[in-house]
Amino acid sequence: MKLREIAHARSGDKGNISNIALIVFDKRDFKLIKEKVTEKRVKDWLGDVVKGEVKRFELPQLGALNFVLYEALDGGVTSSTQLDKHRKSLSSFLLEMPI
Amino acid sequence: MKSMRIGSGAGYAGDRLEPALTLLDQGNLDYICFECLAERTIALAQKEKKNDPKKGYNHLLEYRMEEILPLAFARKTKVITNMGAANPLQAMQVTREIAKRKGITGLKIAAVLGDDVLDLVKRSQDLKILETGQYLSILDNRIISANAYLGSAGIIEALKQGADVVITGRTADPSLFLAPMIHEFGWSMEDFEKLGRGTMVGHLLECAGQVCGGYFADTDRKTVPDLWNIGFPFVEIDENGEGIISKVEGTGGIINTATCTEQLLYEIHDPAHYLTPDCTADFSAVEFESEGKDLVRFRKASGKKASDFYKVSIGFINGFLGEGQISYGGTDCIARAQLAAEIVKKRLEKLALEDVRFERIGLNSITPYHSHPQDLLEVRLRVCAKADTLEKARKIGQEVETLYTNGPYGGGGVTQNTEEVISVVSVLIPKDKVKTHVEYTVS
Repeated sequence: MKLREIAHARSGDKGNISNIALIVFDKRDFKLIKEKVTEKRVKDWLGDVVKGEVKRFELPQLGALNFVLYEALDGGVTSSTQLDKHRKSLSSFLLEMPI
Repeated sequence: MKSMRIGSGAGYAGDRLEPALTLLDQGNLDYICFECLAERTIALAQKEKKNDPKKGYNHLLEYRMEEILPLAFARKTKVITNMGAANPLQAMQVTREIAKRKGITGLKIAAVLGDDVLDLVKRSQDLKILETGQYLSILDNRIISANAYLGSAGIIEALKQGADVVITGRTADPSLFLAPMIHEFGWSMEDFEKLGRGTMVGHLLECAGQVCGGYFADTDRKTVPDLWNIGFPFVEIDENGEGIISKVEGTGGIINTATCTEQLLYEIHDPAHYLTPDCTADFSAVEFESEGKDLVRFRKASGKKASDFYKVSIGFINGFLGEGQISYGGTDCIARAQLAAEIVKKRLEKLALEDVRFERIGLNSITPYHSHPQDLLEVRLRVCAKADTLEKARKIGQEVETLYTNGPYGGGGVTQNTEEVISVVSVLIPKDKVKTHVEYTVS
């Protein structure tokens, strides 16, 4: 199963740091994403995009995890040569993760 | 219990105006706030002001004020905005002229000043850049702007003096919304729990359409009705800092617990420590509850003491960016785009460019995918890099263009672009080094 079948996501940017909020449609699935979508798995899944560490914050009452990805924006939106300078598309790519 | 209504009229510098007008007309608002200043916008505005001292405010200020002022005046709604960008004083004068022209007399307009700390920063070369840990001196004489993220104090002062329209430069986005709450409810600047609640509300509202289904809609997983006609949000908030978020009935979009949760976590890191000049807000226990169609109750935000520093955004000239794109179609288009990329790479080698990037749009330009689908029948090569001169930056697009006659077969649709790169870094400066004050005028 792909993550997108049970969750939705939104990415944002600040400086050279990206964050992706991952939210389950049904709060009963929170336990599952908490177990399967670890900091390490997210870092591995995004490959060389994230040069720094991945940090995870938990908000069980909202069925949400917030992933903070350090050094993930090639210097940030004001200096990157990327097409998607904000890396907003990372949220949809995270949802492709098999769980 | 006392309560008030605050609406959100814009989520970024170039946002749509129509939803704001609907909100003003039918939202029964006490205040409407327009957040129009992205990280880099003020640096560009400073550059503009340097060339013309009467410029440097938001490009859409006149367009917006022409429409907003008559409505806001008729509905007795106060307007707060950071559209002043690098020149709040001039924005104030321009707004007064528009009010006069519209026959509105007695409108008190305020400009909050003091965020511009360029001189101070230029004298403080030993400040550390937050992003890199290097000293500011590394930027040499390339700095063009330095603006502190002010909190709500200046706006509160203006409201106290009876301002109907408050125009600021750099102010923390949620503070635009927090200020009227503090003013109307008489919250203490030390009541960090309430300031945290108000900051959370500001954070939900600051991106306007984003909490109403914008940046949310997906196909059948997350359907949003009439997104073309999206409404902007407002809150009805009580003096304890709790309440509901909604939008005007009949507008498009959707507000539910899912849109609110996405917006709550948008561009924040540790949810328990969201730093603003007014407080360290704590969103970690926030709860949303649906109370009907497009009606969501929020509760349990909190806050702690603010830091003793202002974050300062420093804009500096960071060379030039050059870009070229070309499309390939048909069988093996991916391989031909790859061949084209290799050719351009060789031709650009002697220029010593930085961050040279070859992307094949449709394959690997925005996601880390490395698949090679067999049935892809078109792909677009994008070459982009940074150069220290405009001339070198131009060469990038030119070398993509010359692929027409000097590259693989079937290339088409070349575009090229160059731009000066204005980058932004941050430093912290002690709050007591920044003096803010407010200027007024009446139409």
